[in-house]
Amino acid sequence: MLAEYFPVLMFLGVAVGLALVLLSVGFILGPRNTNEEKASAYECGFEAFDDAHMKFDVRFYLVAILFIIFDLEIAFMFPWAVILDKLGAFGLVSMFLFLFILVIGFVYEWKKGALEWE
Amino acid sequence: MIGDQVWLLFWTLIKIVAIVLPLIIVVAYLTYAERRVIGFMQGRMGPNRVGLFGFKLWGLAQPFADTVKLLLKEIIFPANANKFLFLMAPVITLATAFAAWAVVPFSDGLVLADINAGLVYILAMTSLGVYGVIIAGWASNSKYALLGALRSAAQIVSYEIAMGFALVGVLIASGSLNLSEIVNSQSGGIGSWFFIPLFPLFIIYFISGVAETNRAPFDVAEGESEIVAGFHVEYSGAAFALFFLGEYANMIMISALTAIMFMGGWLSPFTGDSLIAQPSILWFFMKTGFFLLLYLWFRATFPRYRYDQIMRLGWKIFIPITIVWIMVVAVIKVYKPEWIGG
Repeated sequence: MLAEYFPVLMFLGVAVGLALVLLSVGFILGPRNTNEEKASAYECGFEAFDDAHMKFDVRFYLVAILFIIFDLEIAFMFPWAVILDKLGAFGLVSMFLFLFILVIGFVYEWKKGALEWE
Repeated sequence: MIGDQVWLLFWTLIKIVAIVLPLIIVVAYLTYAERRVIGFMQGRMGPNRVGLFGFKLWGLAQPFADTVKLLLKEIIFPANANKFLFLMAPVITLATAFAAWAVVPFSDGLVLADINAGLVYILAMTSLGVYGVIIAGWASNSKYALLGALRSAAQIVSYEIAMGFALVGVLIASGSLNLSEIVNSQSGGIGSWFFIPLFPLFIIYFISGVAETNRAPFDVAEGESEIVAGFHVEYSGAAFALFFLGEYANMIMISALTAIMFMGGWLSPFTGDSLIAQPSILWFFMKTGFFLLLYLWFRATFPRYRYDQIMRLGWKIFIPITIVWIMVVAVIKVYKPEWIGG
């Protein structure tokens, strides 16, 4: 069974190899004459003010956290969806209860303004 | 015994090359097609000069000229960049975009790895692609790159939820995670394809795919008029070419997946015994090509969304619609399975 996955691993190796080969070709064929001006970070022609690793909006964190929750729900639903025809009405009701709880959380986020970007 | 395994290894390698090489060529000509098609839509000619041996050939050699130019340019490292991560980011982007193709069935039985969890694998690979974006933005140590990466990552993960829910709908309808079986469960002419019972999910899946690949009208990540090129503003030469390859390979991937999951993959829309009713790889290519044309069409037609509009569309419109439609499909599957060919 795992043998079916071996070509996948090999494909991954070939893909990484292709990327490295293309990068190497770029390094070999391209010129190498850098200077301070060329290497400075792009900032509309100004000198870069300070380190660019700055504070950013907390909403990006919120989106990331919400994403983890919802992506987990999806991962839970995959096996359920595949065998739904065998589970029948019981499976249907169980998942609806699960989704109901998820939707309560979703509505709470919505009302709290976690999804507002204006 | 050892000889057999070496042969198997060699044979697998040949098959991988037989997928990767055409994919690179299709990517190259997709860039050409994009410029030509959008050119014609805007009443321009598009690239039509670069030919071979003194013939112009409608500019067909343009992609090769572009590739050579990109490879010959200097790869510039920004002064304060983390060099290792700076080079890793394009490698991750390209590798994940290409590796997902290992499980795509081109025709009945014509698939490199016919694994039973193909859809989960593709979802994993396309999700890993976001690391390329984040790492590129962080490693560049440039304000525009960081802002672009954050926007891009938040947008990708937001639309991935809608995409995931749309996939759950497909799984309910087909009852399998294997892409070949998903196609085969749609056999029986155009009326059996999943885009009819799953119509809202089909539309949402493709639009989310456009947003997921950061293409117009959802291309705020590289909105030229606000944050120059977004996360890859500091990249040049071959390193930039890798991002480019990865982005276009992802576009083709989304189009191929939409064709497989909603439009019957290699199956013919007709029924009967005539020649055009036969399943063929040509149907798959035609369907994929149609969705690729839609990508170009969108770019030529729609103005760019604002960022808050993108997030509202993803969270407040797509996710509620997909949840409701999953419930509808689940109820149909349990009580009226014949409606979705089950």
